Amino acid sequence: MIELKGVSKSFGHTQAVKQISFKVNEKENLVLLGTSGCGKTTTLKMINRLIEPDAGEIIIGGQNITHQNPEILRRGIGYVMQNIGLFPHYNVSENIAVVPKLLKWDAIKTNQRITELVEKLHLPKQCLTMFPHELSGGQQQRVGLARALVTDPAVLLMDEPFGALDNVTRSSIQAEFKALEELKRKTIVMVTHDVQEAFELADRICLMDKGEIVQIGTPKELLYHPTNDFARKFLDGQRLALEFKVIKINDLWDFLPKQQSLETEKADQLNPSIWDAMESIRKVESGKIQVANIQSEHKTIDFQQLTQAFNQYKYHKAHE
Amino acid sequence: MNEQQQSLWSFMHEQSDKLFNQTLQHLGLTFISLLFAIIIGLPLGILIARKRKLSSSILGLAGILQTIPSIALLGFMIPVLGIGAKPAIVALLIYALLPIIRNTYTGIIGIDRHIIESARALGMSKMQILFKVELPLAMPVILAGIRTATVINVGVATLASYIAAGGLGEFIFGGISLNNTNMILAGAIPAALLAVILDFLLSIIQKLDFKKLKKVLYVFPLLIIVLSIFYILPSAYGSKLTAGFTPEFMGRQDGDLGLKSEYGLKIHTIVISDAVMYKAAYAKELDVISGYSTDGRLKAFDLTILKDDKGIFPPYYAAPIVRTSSLNKFPELEKVLNLLSGKITDSIMTDLNYRTDYLHQAPERVAKDFLVRNNLYKAPRNGKEGTVRIGSKIFGEQYILAEMYSMLIQGNTAYGVSTKTGLGGTKICFDALVNDQIDFYPEYTGTGLLVLLQPNPKLSKEIAHDKDRTYNYVSREFANKFKIKWLKPIGFNNSYALMMRQKQSKALNVNTITDLANYQDKN
Repeated sequence: MIELKGVSKSFGHTQAVKQISFKVNEKENLVLLGTSGCGKTTTLKMINRLIEPDAGEIIIGGQNITHQNPEILRRGIGYVMQNIGLFPHYNVSENIAVVPKLLKWDAIKTNQRITELVEKLHLPKQCLTMFPHELSGGQQQRVGLARALVTDPAVLLMDEPFGALDNVTRSSIQAEFKALEELKRKTIVMVTHDVQEAFELADRICLMDKGEIVQIGTPKELLYHPTNDFARKFLDGQRLALEFKVIKINDLWDFLPKQQSLETEKADQLNPSIWDAMESIRKVESGKIQVANIQSEHKTIDFQQLTQAFNQYKYHKAHE
Repeated sequence: MNEQQQSLWSFMHEQSDKLFNQTLQHLGLTFISLLFAIIIGLPLGILIARKRKLSSSILGLAGILQTIPSIALLGFMIPVLGIGAKPAIVALLIYALLPIIRNTYTGIIGIDRHIIESARALGMSKMQILFKVELPLAMPVILAGIRTATVINVGVATLASYIAAGGLGEFIFGGISLNNTNMILAGAIPAALLAVILDFLLSIIQKLDFKKLKKVLYVFPLLIIVLSIFYILPSAYGSKLTAGFTPEFMGRQDGDLGLKSEYGLKIHTIVISDAVMYKAAYAKELDVISGYSTDGRLKAFDLTILKDDKGIFPPYYAAPIVRTSSLNKFPELEKVLNLLSGKITDSIMTDLNYRTDYLHQAPERVAKDFLVRNNLYKAPRNGKEGTVRIGSKIFGEQYILAEMYSMLIQGNTAYGVSTKTGLGGTKICFDALVNDQIDFYPEYTGTGLLVLLQPNPKLSKEIAHDKDRTYNYVSREFANKFKIKWLKPIGFNNSYALMMRQKQSKALNVNTITDLANYQDKN
């Protein structure tokens, strides 16, 4: 869907991005991860030509974007940014309607779509006539997301989309974001410096440093097969939490006791990560839940059994 | 006080037509120049917000233009744009430019750059970003600039009357020249009110919530255009000749009023300051002007005096007038000032004026040359026994006389001297004298009679044509009323005179004022 071939960009004497190439598959969520100044945002902004590359090619849907009118290109790509960038002189519905207006949609179609999105994003209806400064930070970010999604673009670029939010709002919006059906159909490139967030949301992660790609792969690959020291050290601080997120019930299935008690509650999703399963257990009084693997077989587990299985899995992995 | 108020009210009532017209002209002048300033300043502000490198040079240039004194600016423009509306509008435009450019610039660069980036990311074109995002968001700041420019323009527009562009300045400067407080106030109060009211209205517009009232953005420019239309250009009279008279001349019995009543002269007349009048006549912007008979520019600009065949312009003695208290304080002063008496004839004065006005010699040099030639010059004694304050009105002849007196005092006495030259008009000069801001200045008997004393018309008509009776009358009255003494006359007479370009006067065969009146009646 999106392909970068040997893309470079310099600002004055500093080379921000050096010869970067990667592919993003359709409906995939690729996260560009790295410290600030690693070139991830520059890379993202070159995809909708907010920044023009010095060298290399960027191809979206089979077309080289340098041959397209940049304004028309951008109208077809959703863009969400950390600072949200809502127009302070437009009310919420006008803000969401910017791109439909540019594309000359008729008002009825626009309004229908806005109503639909506002519902999906859990925004109160009366906020449509309010101005951005009257909304909370979380609401503003939802409006920013609605604005990017309103024309249902196939590609979505997100620059630290949750960066400006406090921790509580942030995790709840992240969860909504993950659950949003609308986003599952999209090819997404997202920039973040937050490792947890990357592991939570990414299909694949592209770890960058000093304008170059260090490693590109699934969260699991990054965690268990780092290509060099930098990649290992980058994740070291939060390794346990990341493992909980990466390892799924399916991976531990053989280490979990074979028992099922029908009275216990079921976990929210099929084949949850250890992290999610722990969250579910923590929420129920009995301290026990039913989890399912991808074959929809169920087992009832408690916290201790889960951690035990995890330790056995790790031991097993290490001696494989 | 009460009497003063009532008479001001009655003056305004009497002149309500004129006042209304002048106010409309004033408004129109303000807004038409504002409109042009916006048309030029807004794009310039946008340009320098795009190309920041240009900003310091363009803002610097606009700042320099702003510092040019308004009268000088008006003067510069006469050779290029003539007199009347055009140069006035251009001058006002120049003053309005800086606040508009600067505020447009700061308004735009002050916008959060993330908002502009998000506009780009959404696929807005540069024009769409400008009109839908940048200008609306910068609008409160831009409006503040327009507000400043408007208030500046209301003030500066009073000066437009100097170059015959009308406005409330006609009353203000006419009043200053004619020693008519009511007339000054009739111009100044409405001008001040206009400034206050416009400032207030614009402050309301500025505070309007544009988020909710986008329509105001369209109404506002429309409003400016409508207000601009008030400025109906002074319409042509039908006749070919145009006269330019000073505000003082306009209101005097031995001026425009006399021309109308004695000669029945009908001519399209505009009000203009004498600083630019001669130049305008020379540049064929004006055909007939009201000058002074000893003015050096007569010679310089090839003008000729029309003979005053019915004698409405009485000859005036020029003489220093001194505060009696100053004469007591400086006992030698009278003797020294009288050294000049009888020394300067009409032709000598015209020649001296010619040197300053046309040859551009400094008044000090002209004064010194004259004193040296007449063996009156003595090296300054740098005396320390008190300082004599000399005043002068704002034209060449008075500067020369002030310099001569200054040199005479320094050479012959132990007094020091300070000169306060260029006091704007008869009233300003005289008020300075009465209020002990200066010790003396050269005045003209006719002016003393008709402008300062203003006796009943019958008496003034009776004595005005006799130089000596006028001198005696003003001497007596000034001593009684103001404790001011008229010293001996300097010698020359200065009176009003109508002037035309020599060539034109020959071509039309107009040599006297009667000829002019007849010519006007025929055409």
